[in-house]
Amino acid sequence: MANGVMTQTPHVSFLAQKGFKSWILSTDHKRIGILYLLAISFFFAIAGITALGMRYELMTPELDFFRSTTEYNVAFTLHGSLMVFFFIVPGIAASFGNFLIPLMIGARDVAFPRINLISFWIYLVGTAILLFALLQPADTGWTFYTPYSIQTGAKVILITLGVFVLGFSSILTGMNFIVTIHKLRAPGMTWGRLPLFIWASYATAILQLLATPVVGITLLLLIAERALDIGFFDPAKGGDPILFQNFFWFYSHPAVYIMVIPAFGIISEIIPVFARKPIFGYRAIAYSSFAIAIISFFVWLHHMFVSGISETAAAIFSFLTMLVAIPTAIKVFNWVATLYKGSIQFHSAMLYSLSFIILFTVGGLTGVYLGALAVDVHLHDTYFIVAHMHYVMIGGTVMGFFGALHFWYQKWFGKVFDEVVAKVAWFLVFVGFNVTFFPQFFMGFQGMPRRYATYPAEYVSYHALSTYGSWILGVGIILMTVNLLVPLWRKEGPESPNPYGSLSLEWQVPSPPPHENFEEIPTVTDWTYSYGKK
Amino acid sequence: MSTWIPESASNLAASVDNITLFVTIVSVFFFVLISAVLVAFAIKYRRRSEDQETAYITSNELVEIIWTVIPSVLLMVIFAWGWIAFKELRNPPPEAVEVNVVAKQWIWQFEYFNGKKSLNELYVQHNKPVRLIMRSEDVLHSFFVPQFRVKQDILPGIYTQLWFTPTKVGTFDLLCAEYCGAGHSQMLASVKVLSPEAFTRWEKGDELGEDSVAVVSTASPAERGKDLYSQRGCLACHSVDGKKMIGPSFKNLYGATETLEDGSSVEVDENYLRESIYEPQAKMVKGYAPSMPSFKGILSEDEVTALIEYIKTLK
Repeated sequence: MANGVMTQTPHVSFLAQKGFKSWILSTDHKRIGILYLLAISFFFAIAGITALGMRYELMTPELDFFRSTTEYNVAFTLHGSLMVFFFIVPGIAASFGNFLIPLMIGARDVAFPRINLISFWIYLVGTAILLFALLQPADTGWTFYTPYSIQTGAKVILITLGVFVLGFSSILTGMNFIVTIHKLRAPGMTWGRLPLFIWASYATAILQLLATPVVGITLLLLIAERALDIGFFDPAKGGDPILFQNFFWFYSHPAVYIMVIPAFGIISEIIPVFARKPIFGYRAIAYSSFAIAIISFFVWLHHMFVSGISETAAAIFSFLTMLVAIPTAIKVFNWVATLYKGSIQFHSAMLYSLSFIILFTVGGLTGVYLGALAVDVHLHDTYFIVAHMHYVMIGGTVMGFFGALHFWYQKWFGKVFDEVVAKVAWFLVFVGFNVTFFPQFFMGFQGMPRRYATYPAEYVSYHALSTYGSWILGVGIILMTVNLLVPLWRKEGPESPNPYGSLSLEWQVPSPPPHENFEEIPTVTDWTYSYGKK
Repeated sequence: MSTWIPESASNLAASVDNITLFVTIVSVFFFVLISAVLVAFAIKYRRRSEDQETAYITSNELVEIIWTVIPSVLLMVIFAWGWIAFKELRNPPPEAVEVNVVAKQWIWQFEYFNGKKSLNELYVQHNKPVRLIMRSEDVLHSFFVPQFRVKQDILPGIYTQLWFTPTKVGTFDLLCAEYCGAGHSQMLASVKVLSPEAFTRWEKGDELGEDSVAVVSTASPAERGKDLYSQRGCLACHSVDGKKMIGPSFKNLYGATETLEDGSSVEVDENYLRESIYEPQAKMVKGYAPSMPSFKGILSEDEVTALIEYIKTLK
C-alpha cells in the first residue's frame, strides 16, 4: 500500500479521556471537530423544525398555524439565519475540515491548535448572543435588507451582533487551515498528491478569510445606523438602501461557495473509494475550486438585477455569472466520468454522493435561468429562487454533509451504524427532498413570490405537495439521526480500520485515531487516488 | 397554452418566454444526459465481486476540452440572448403613457397624467405602452405582474421605472415581490387592462370602470364595502375575525368604546370611522403604531360609507 503506515502498537483513542473539561479545553482538532458537529447539528435541527412549521402554515392559502403574519416572518428569518450563519457556513468546513485536514495531510494537529479552540469559543459566544436574541426575534429575513431592518420595531441588533461575532470564528478557522495546509504536510505529500478535500478546504479558507470581514463591517454599519442613528443606508438620513445589498452580497455570494466547495471536496473523496477508480481530472477539479472561489467575488450583483442597478452593471454581472457555471459543470462531468469502468459499491455514503451529483446538477442548471437577465426578471424573488437555492444547499451541501457523516463515521467515532436503515433513510431523504422542492420551481414560474405568509389560492396544490414532501424529508432525517446516534452507546467497534479500501492517510490509522494521529509521521510516495490497474 | 408558465399578456412576454424555453431545453438535455450516464454507469459497473478489476484512468484531454467548450458556448448564447431581451425590458418607448406609482406599507397608489388617482387598481389601456415611475414611501417593495413578465424593485429616495404594453384585456394580479414586513403577503393589487372605449370612459370620471358598473347597481353598500375591504388593502392590517394585526380588528368594532393614546375614550360610530379613514392619526387607539396612511382623495365618500356599512355587519 502506497501510503501504508498502520499503527501496530496498542493505542489510546482520542475519545478515551472523559469529562466536560477534557472537551471544552481540548486543542485536539478531532475533538474540536466533534464540538462543531454537535453545535451545527443542534442549529440544523432547530432551523429544520422551523421550516416544518412554515411548510405546515403554507398548506393552505390562509393564515391558520401561526397567530400572525409577523410570526411567520420571524419563522423564515430564524430558519434562514440559523441555517446559513450557524449551520451551513461553519458546517462542513469546521466539523469535517477540523477532523480531516490534519489526518489527510499526515499532521498531528492543525498549525495553531489553541487558536482553533478559541475559534470554537468565539462560535459559542456568537451562539449565546443568538440564543438570547431568540427571545425577541427579528423579522427581517436572513438578508437584513435596509431600510426595513432599520425601521422594523423588532430587535435586529442582537441577531446581527451574533452573526458579527461568529464571523471571527470563521476568519480564524480559515487562517488556521491555510497555514496548516502550507506548513504541515507530511514528507512527500506534494500539492499534486493532496486529496481534493484539502484543495477544496483551501479554496474555502481563502473565501472565509477575504469575504467574512465584509459582512462583519456591513452588519456593524447596520448596528451603528440603528443604535446611533447614522445614515448609511436609510435614504431619509441621506443613505443609500442599495449600498447595503452591495455590501451584503459581496460577502454572501462568496459565502454560497464557502458552503458548497467543502461538499465538492467530500464527493471527490467518496466517489473514488466506492468506485475503486482514480478521480477523473484531478487537476481540473482542484483548479476549478479556485476558479470558482475567485470568480465568486465578482458575481454578487446577480442578486440585484431588479434592485435598481444600471443596465451595464447587470450585463457585466450576468456574463461573469455564466463564467462561474463553467468550472462547476466541469466538476460534475468529472465525478460522473470517475464511475466509468469502476467497481461501484452502493454504500450509503456513495448513495448520498450520487444523489449529490444529480441534485446539484438541478441546482446548477436552474442557476443558469437566474443568470440570464430577462429570465431572472420574471423569476427573481419567487419560489423558483427558493427551490434553486435549496437544490444547491440541501441537494449539494447537505447531501455532501450526510455522505461525509456516513463515510467517516466509523473512523471518527469508532462505531458502526446499521447500513440497511441508513439506506432506507437515504431513500426517504432523497424522495422527500424532491417532493418538497421540485414543485417550487413550477410555483415560481407561475409567479408565487417568496416570503408570503398567505398567498393567492391558485398556488395551493403546489404548496400542499411541497408540505407533504417536507414530512417525508423530516422522517428521513430523523431516521438517519437515530441510526447514527444509537451505535454511540454500543460497545462494539469496526473490525477493520479501513473497511472500504481507501488509500487516503486517515484510513491508515486506527478507528478512532489516537490523540497524536500518527505514531510516526508517514512518508507519502504516491497520490491519494491510486486505485485500479495501471 | 402551456401550464408551466403563466399566460402571456404583455408585449415583453414572448421574448422572455423564448429564452426561458431555450434554457429549459438545454437544461433538460444536460440533466437527462448526466443522470442517464450516471445511472447507466452505476448499473453497468456495479461491484459484482470483491476482486473486480478497475481501470486506471486519470484524465482524457479530448473529452475534457469537449465538455468545457460546449457548455461555455451555450452559456454565452444564453447570456447574450438574456441581455438583448433585458435591454428591451429596460428601455421604454418615448410614446409610453406615464403613471406615477407610490408603494407603501402595504398599499399601491397610482396617479395618472390627468390627475386621477387610484388605489390598489392600476388602470391601463389595451395595446398602449405604459411607463411606471415608481417610488416607495417607506421600505423596499417590488412591482411584479407574472403575466407581463416584469418586475422592478421600488426604493425610497430613488425613482425606478418599468414599462410594458398590455396585450390582453382583463384583470391581472399585481404582487409585491420584495419582503416589506407584516403585510407583505397581502400587498396585492390588480392591473385592469381596459379596451380603448372603456379606458376613455374611465378617464372621463367613471371611477369604477366598465365591469364594475353592474356591481354598483345590484350590490348593497355592505357588499360593496366587503369588496373594497379586500381591493383597497384594508385587509393587510385589519382582520375581520377579531385577530389583532397592525391595526384594530373590524369585528365588533362598531359601537365599541376604544381607549385612545391620551387616555380618553371614544365610541366608535359612523363619524369616528370616517375620520379614522381620512385622518387616521387624529384619534389614535392606544397600543397601535401610527402607520396608517390617509385615504383622502383615494376613497370617495361613497366608498367610505360602503366600508362603514360593511364594518357594521361584522358582529
